[in-house]
Amino acid sequence: MIIPADSNVLVGTGSKDDAGVYRISDTVALIQTLDFITPICDDPYDFGRIAACNSLSDVYAMGGKPVTAMNIVAFPTKKFSLDILAKILEGGQAVMNEAGVQLLGGHSVDDPEMKYGLSVTGIVHPEKILRNCSIREGDSIILTKPLGTGIVATAIKADIFDQEHVKEFISSMAALNKYSAEIMLKYNVNACTDVTGFGLAGHLIEMLQENNYSIEVDSEKIPLLPGVEDSADMGLIPGGLYRNRDYVSARCEFSKNVKQIYRDVIFDPQTSGGLLISLPEKEALHLLDELKSAGLKSSALLGKVVKCNEQKIYIS
Amino acid sequence: MADKIDARGLSCPQPVVLTQKAIKDGKTEFQVMVDSEVSKENVIRCIEKNKFTASVSVEGDTFTISVSK
Repeated sequence: MIIPADSNVLVGTGSKDDAGVYRISDTVALIQTLDFITPICDDPYDFGRIAACNSLSDVYAMGGKPVTAMNIVAFPTKKFSLDILAKILEGGQAVMNEAGVQLLGGHSVDDPEMKYGLSVTGIVHPEKILRNCSIREGDSIILTKPLGTGIVATAIKADIFDQEHVKEFISSMAALNKYSAEIMLKYNVNACTDVTGFGLAGHLIEMLQENNYSIEVDSEKIPLLPGVEDSADMGLIPGGLYRNRDYVSARCEFSKNVKQIYRDVIFDPQTSGGLLISLPEKEALHLLDELKSAGLKSSALLGKVVKCNEQKIYIS
Repeated sequence: MADKIDARGLSCPQPVVLTQKAIKDGKTEFQVMVDSEVSKENVIRCIEKNKFTASVSVEGDTFTISVSK
């Protein structure tokens, strides 16, 4: 399919970036993205919050500010009462209020499988767009949320999960990346993305496009949700993790001593995951301190960018 | 003849749930049949986590995992 060239398209379909960006003036560019998901938890209000956070995240990952949104709803009206839908939308609205985003409308269809998400429009200065692959040699890489939502969701679905850890699972996914993004923008960040369906490894690989670097990851620094290790050991692993592994494992090299949980979780598909931020090492240490002081306790400096044409992820 | 759990056609995590249930029910020797690599790997992990031994045979699209103590 050929899409006519337009010099105002700053990030378009040719990119594997988090959202599209279109310049409307010398100082303002529009960021456009949409995302919708199937339920990841039982409570409809929480599902609404998580889906909205997940949709808004792409705008934060591009260095922008979300401004408006439209609801995207697929709902099985024959299976569930409309009260459930009202709760989902209420959850989504609560997150939009928190983000300072105006809901302008939406669209719903009757569908055998429930889905919810947002189409989001944000703004950014055209020269301050944060691409995912503009990393530089010597950068450190920070992740702002713990990994393991895919594994934990599978364990909950199997009803083999410690209930005391469920709260942390929900609150991590229902946390807006707004706060980490606002702190990040005070620093000279070279690149940013968010960790979602392709897992940490898949999104690190995306950071290696169009450059001659590799990324070294210290596995023990990878933050994990509580209960993830036990669940993975038990075989409560989503099919998506295996698909991600098949897709990118040829570009991942593990040292012998890397524990099994890190060999798994690096491929775990995330819902509403954290920001993955690449910035010079010295600044990274300050950013990490500031993120932690702001209550983003799971934030971790887990890797660094090295000059190496292999374009691989080295996990030790 | 050992008990057989036919978990073919079931999506994850159902095969693991059935395997774990069999172990919880006190079964020490049984077979689990699955029809995907994902289910096979997950069921083997569950068996090994419970300190049982797994051996796998393949016939067509079916993996038969024999479980023993």
